[in-house]
Amino acid sequence: MPEIKNYTMNFGPQHPAAHGVLRLVLELDGEVIQRADPHIGLLHRATEKLAEHKTFLQSVPYMDRLDYVSMLCNEHAYVQAIEKLAGIDVPVRAQYIRVMFDEITRILNHLMWLGAHGLDIGAMTVFLYCFREREDLMDAYEAVSGARMHAAYYRPGGVYRDMPDTMPQYEASKIHNAAAVKKMNENRQGSLLDFLEDFTRRFPTCVDEYETLLTDNRIWKQRTVDIGIVTPERAVALGMTGPMLRGSGVEWDLRKKRPYAAYDQLDFDIPVGKNGDSYDRYLVRVEEMRQSNRIVKQCITWLRANPGAVMTTNHKFAPPARESMKQNMEELIHHFKLFTEGMHVPAGEAYAAVEHPKGELGIYLVSDGANKPYRLKIRAPGFPHLAALDEMVRGHMIADVVTIIGTQDIVFGEIDR
Amino acid sequence: MTIAKKTLLEELRNQLPEHLVAVKQELGETTIVIKAEGMIPVLTLLRDADGLNFSQMSDLCGMDYSEYGDGEWQGKRFAVVYHLLSLVHNQRLRVRIFAEDDDFPVVVSVASVWPSANWYEREAFDLYGIIFTGHPDLRRILTDYGFVGNPFRKDFPLSGHVEMRYDPEQQRVVYQPVTVEPREVTPRIIREANYASK
Repeated sequence: MPEIKNYTMNFGPQHPAAHGVLRLVLELDGEVIQRADPHIGLLHRATEKLAEHKTFLQSVPYMDRLDYVSMLCNEHAYVQAIEKLAGIDVPVRAQYIRVMFDEITRILNHLMWLGAHGLDIGAMTVFLYCFREREDLMDAYEAVSGARMHAAYYRPGGVYRDMPDTMPQYEASKIHNAAAVKKMNENRQGSLLDFLEDFTRRFPTCVDEYETLLTDNRIWKQRTVDIGIVTPERAVALGMTGPMLRGSGVEWDLRKKRPYAAYDQLDFDIPVGKNGDSYDRYLVRVEEMRQSNRIVKQCITWLRANPGAVMTTNHKFAPPARESMKQNMEELIHHFKLFTEGMHVPAGEAYAAVEHPKGELGIYLVSDGANKPYRLKIRAPGFPHLAALDEMVRGHMIADVVTIIGTQDIVFGEIDR
Repeated sequence: MTIAKKTLLEELRNQLPEHLVAVKQELGETTIVIKAEGMIPVLTLLRDADGLNFSQMSDLCGMDYSEYGDGEWQGKRFAVVYHLLSLVHNQRLRVRIFAEDDDFPVVVSVASVWPSANWYEREAFDLYGIIFTGHPDLRRILTDYGFVGNPFRKDFPLSGHVEMRYDPEQQRVVYQPVTVEPREVTPRIIREANYASK
């Protein structure tokens, strides 16, 4: 009898199903995985160290680049930590705008996840469908902040500015003639809120379309049912949060349990899974998209009815209006100090967490009273999830590794930071 | 079921009377400092005891206090900060443990108490050089293979010590001392308490 040894295989960092730069060293017995050792850090940019050398405001755009498919949720945790330490009151309208964009971000993230996860395990069409809807939400990002992805829209004390009254229009080109452009611009005639309302009307049907493709699909179920089961006790012990925890049947959502911003004013449900497998997590995320759509609708109604300020009037943290800055000496000084020296956050420490699309994103901020953070620790939801990968893939086949990486919704921007 | 902040404090004082070095409640957050010596039974108690039930460790991070408040820090240099979450009581708790030796910081690993600590401790080891005794697999995690130093320590420069480039003569990638000048666009300033107040 020849001696049979385990085979060690390298997966990634250039593998398309590795969702970025995951290097996985797999120890195989035949095609069955005995051990998985993820090597991370290939996208490490030392965001936390960079933040220690930048003023508080300069770090906001860095937060976008953590989890680069759910940009504004990252910013939300960061500005919340500053607001908590400094005791800044945020106008209610800004809270609602934040909630609305958090939920838009959640839909964006889940669409990206659904498309990529489907593509990984053999469903091409759903990817194209998901990106069709993402386009509209990206336009909403662009309309409000000028950037399609890295918005830098939330600021300590509120949001940068109120939402625009008009949407940018398509123009006729070689590819689209005037008639086609007219059709494309149909839902862009009103304000951003009108555009989003039109989206929320269409979106439930779109989710139905994805579900038609996947939910009862025999191949989809064969690839996801009973793959990567996590029991509720293990999920808690392994530090899982978000859909990974809820997929295992633990009803834990920071939006409900520890409401922040305006979430306590809104009506929505928390979907939970039963078996804790990849299929349940898929169902949870799909239902979360529907619930997010509900929240966006409620925010639109509220925002229509309640105009007002979107930035705090505390000019130690938020810049004064440009007009008053030009006419008033004190405001000019405020403006100058804020943009040269930066804001001074009182000494202390705070932990602010938000329900990020992937789980709990926490910012642990330590300040010693300077114009820069003393220490900024980012608690990325994907980090403990990926740490649990070894436990989740043991005993599964190589092809299931792809499913499990997909179901964890891994993004390396936040894991490597 | 949410227990009020005050009861959490009472609960902590009841359950671990002699272990609390300091207790602080600020901004609605509770922070306790415990000794590095005998920390495992205390943390296990925090996880298991009725009325506490901190079943999840959300976060663990290293801290380097050496430049805190521009050098006014008198305590130990390195600390490990744990953020615990009790799902039953909907309660958070921050636990800080200082490493006794500033030159060779050592703390006991809590990977046996909360499995999620495994990678977090590797991260703190990598970035701060804190040794976690009893850790099952204490390797570097975020920095490059063969990296030297602990980049998040305050005495480690932002631009690092070495840079990497392709050397056409040797036809391979070489490491060399950094050539970028260190620069600071906005200086770090701590203002006196009543600065710019009316």
